[in-house]
Amino acid sequence: MSDPQHIAKHVKTYLIVFGALIVGTILTVAVYFKHFESVALAIVIAIVIATVKASLVAGYFMHLASERKTIYVILAFTAFFFAGLMGLTIWAMHDSPAMSQSTQHGPRATVAPAAQHVPYGLPYRVCDRLDPSGVWLRGVVVP
Amino acid sequence: MDIPYTVKLRDDTNLYNAKVGIWLFLGSEVMLFGALFSSYILLRVGAPAGTWPHGLLNVPIGAFNTIVLIVSSVTVVLSWASLKLGNFGKFRFYQAITLLCALSFLTIKSFEYRDKFTHYEVWKTDGTRMTGHVEGSPYFWNTQTLKDKNLDHIVFHPDPHHYAEPLKEHGGEPAEHAAISIPTAEIARLSAFVPSHSTYFAIYFTLTALHGLHVFGGAVVIGYLWGPGARLWKTDPERFTNRIEISGLFWHFVDLVWIFLFPVLYLL
Repeated sequence: MSDPQHIAKHVKTYLIVFGALIVGTILTVAVYFKHFESVALAIVIAIVIATVKASLVAGYFMHLASERKTIYVILAFTAFFFAGLMGLTIWAMHDSPAMSQSTQHGPRATVAPAAQHVPYGLPYRVCDRLDPSGVWLRGVVVP
Repeated sequence: MDIPYTVKLRDDTNLYNAKVGIWLFLGSEVMLFGALFSSYILLRVGAPAGTWPHGLLNVPIGAFNTIVLIVSSVTVVLSWASLKLGNFGKFRFYQAITLLCALSFLTIKSFEYRDKFTHYEVWKTDGTRMTGHVEGSPYFWNTQTLKDKNLDHIVFHPDPHHYAEPLKEHGGEPAEHAAISIPTAEIARLSAFVPSHSTYFAIYFTLTALHGLHVFGGAVVIGYLWGPGARLWKTDPERFTNRIEISGLFWHFVDLVWIFLFPVLYLL
């Protein structure tokens, strides 16, 4: 690692990665100003670019592209639990009454619309109800 | 007794101990920020339609701060490479840029926070809502402030768009509307863009403040190693270089978190 030629080669890589990160940032902002009709597509593009940028930082600046086995083992545990956390998050998203609507840009909300959502495979519906007194009841179970 | 394996590699891990330590710590940090990102996702998908704010954060400023952190990341790694090549002067130069970047990031962020603390939303009793600025740009006012100050009205400069309106209607920097007077009796709720305003701002401030604290903490360590801590270079250059590598790994992680925070909070 410490021989000067080796380091000089590394420095060149760092500068290339730096350039790629700047390009990635510009691309992210450019995609934002393009205003995709599909919110889901905009989210996917932004997360993909961010993941590529993060991989470049981790792989080259943090030297993960050529690390020792012990570190990979530590990170395998992290990746496992992180994937579990995000998996549970995505799973729990289906419990949310407003999920099907909140990823779209809705109209100006002077009065919140009655959101309804049917959880997959369940014999009842969960919905938000506006009580006659004007109070929102969240997650009301309706047979 | 000397601390073992600060330079010498352990036979079983093939690493010096601090490197194993920092990666274990970064693993826990991934879970910390992961939990908050998970909270963000659930709060967002659980929000009633049309209530999740869009376009309230300044995208060019956020993008600029992203570039600032990327520059600081590359200077950190270049400073480490300089030490590997035995060039202490260059190390000092690159880390000075890193520190300037850290300072710039925090300064810009604090200006962004200040903008939020003086930006308001009014919920009127007739059900309409508007965002804008209260005359005089006071900080942290809320419904209670109106009662405490015994105000019978506020002078309000409304924004042309409410955040719940579709994104494509936000063309560039909208000009502010002329000032209007709103009687206090017609105000059901008044809140600055503070954590109690909404779940959006609660998670925005939680995530960015926690990240900001990481930037601050990283800058303190890098600053120490740039200043008084640099004495170690004269007595044990290899150990000093390892310290720079460890502090650098933390710094890259802070950059990495921001790479996700920027699109998630500012763009989506």
